Amino acid sequence: MSVVTPKMLRPGSGTDAPAAVTPRRRKPFRSRAYKVFRVVALVVIVAAFLAPLAWMLLASLKTNVDIYDASKTLIFTPTTANYETVLGRNNYFSFVINSFWVAFASTVLSLIIGVPAAYSMSRFAMRRSALVVLMARIIPGVSLLVPWYYVFSNLSLVGGYGVLILSHMFVALPLIVYIMMSYYDSMPLELEEAARVDGLTHIGAFLKVTLPLSVGGIATASILAFIFSWNNFMFALVLSGADTKTLPVAIFNFVAYASIDWGGLMAASVVVTIPIMVIALFTQKYIVSGLTAGATKG
Amino acid sequence: MAVTTMPPKRKPQQQNAWKAYSDWANNHRKWLFAAPAMIFVAILIIFPLGWTMYLSLTDSSGSVRAESEFIGFANYLEVLSDGERFWPAVARTFIFTSVALLVQMVLGMCIALLLWRPFKGEKWVRVAILLPLVATPVAVGMMWRLIFDPNIGFANQMLGLLGIPAQPWLSGQHTALPTVIFIDIWQWTPMVVIILLAGLTSLSEEPDEAARIDGANAWQRFRFITVPLLMPTIIVAVLLRSIDALKTFDLLYATKGRGGGSFHEVETLNIYAYGLSFDYNDYGLSSTVLILFFLIIIAAMWVLTRRRKDVQ
Repeated sequence: MSVVTPKMLRPGSGTDAPAAVTPRRRKPFRSRAYKVFRVVALVVIVAAFLAPLAWMLLASLKTNVDIYDASKTLIFTPTTANYETVLGRNNYFSFVINSFWVAFASTVLSLIIGVPAAYSMSRFAMRRSALVVLMARIIPGVSLLVPWYYVFSNLSLVGGYGVLILSHMFVALPLIVYIMMSYYDSMPLELEEAARVDGLTHIGAFLKVTLPLSVGGIATASILAFIFSWNNFMFALVLSGADTKTLPVAIFNFVAYASIDWGGLMAASVVVTIPIMVIALFTQKYIVSGLTAGATKG
Repeated sequence: MAVTTMPPKRKPQQQNAWKAYSDWANNHRKWLFAAPAMIFVAILIIFPLGWTMYLSLTDSSGSVRAESEFIGFANYLEVLSDGERFWPAVARTFIFTSVALLVQMVLGMCIALLLWRPFKGEKWVRVAILLPLVATPVAVGMMWRLIFDPNIGFANQMLGLLGIPAQPWLSGQHTALPTVIFIDIWQWTPMVVIILLAGLTSLSEEPDEAARIDGANAWQRFRFITVPLLMPTIIVAVLLRSIDALKTFDLLYATKGRGGGSFHEVETLNIYAYGLSFDYNDYGLSSTVLILFFLIIIAAMWVLTRRRKDVQ
């Protein structure tokens, strides 16, 4: 920091004025070599992130014979047989439904209790209470599983949807509280105050003014909560029954057999990742703003 | 203070009761709003955590319903003197987290810098980077199991083309840990990129511009302007990534199964504790490992958040 002195900043000088209007456009100072390097680097990066996913997709469209044949890496006759096996014979469609309901219900329930809590914790600066909720993010899930398993198996609830949804709320709730808190931290108070002047109660102002204004934040929080709940593996591994298995557990059980049916396994993996990727494609902005919530305000 | 306009047609008694209720709710809204979430957390987290602490002082095993005896700190003595499973698991947790974190931060910073200035096709590059991050970890594990399969995997096919002998990757006793670290880097570097990129775009251009006019080269500007200004964001990224890396479960269990493989080659503390509980039903010992693990995480978080305050 000692490099910069106020004198060097040259505020208000003529050459800086356009830069202040469009802050991200700047004079081209990079060399052509740098530009070439940048393009090459970007291509390599994109390839490195996408190639494995493409490989999974390709393998899911091959017969097991073709997967074993190195000469058919890229050129092969595509088949949907793996998907037919997975969705038809192995009943994966019911696991898709399970995964969806568990993720959906845990997200909605977490929103109902999490959004007002985040509002209160932000407006009243309840940092210590917030820390208690965020502890859920830090604690290793295994340390909760044994007591949960004990209590829920005594109530003969293990294997039911209720327990799964509760355990997935443990994933969704801290995420929602964290994102919504940073959303309310940056939301101005004026509109709420105006609503109060207009005669609404505090709670009325929250329900009729603040909540409708929070739609963007709620969308961000619920998309991320849904994704992380959909992806969760550990809780369902212990707490789900044969009928309530979620997709990640179903995929894991695939490799329990002596020899792995690679085509089927890859088809199953595609089935679990595709919905999430489609959501990600359409809600990229929300996901990014959720992942970076609270990261840049310091 | 509470100026509540009432519908005029309500009977006075009803009105009073409603107003009293509404006033009470409004005056207590702070806790009324926070209570459901707090109670949920208390019941599902704090109480089980207390129970885990209690279990760590007993010899509970076999069935969760079986009688157990209070044995004081015997479990802690046993675990802390266990050089076969516990300490290697501590070491693996530490190696996994620190190597993955270090590579992710360096690589993430490089990619974030590349993406910082606008360019054509920016949107598509960002989507590509988002995909590994949202992919289901178990599916990611299975995908890499196929790619790293010693016989039919793409990784060894590529090595073959380059004339390098085939590697055992995930199935090798000494190659498994580096391989899972590689997979973790593939999946979570995007998280670091996204956080750092948000930090970079929120930076003011002026200090950087001024240093450039002053003749500072790219490295100097990065080292002395960008990094110090970005430090709070960098620490958030380190904090979030280290919490998740320490607790990594899905990837390790999906690629190596119980006990972190037949030689426990990827057995971290989380995998070890899970195995003790649900594969061996030794709840007392498992709880002890978990409490120690929890203390390690808290210590790491404490150090990092203190560092964050120093920076601010």
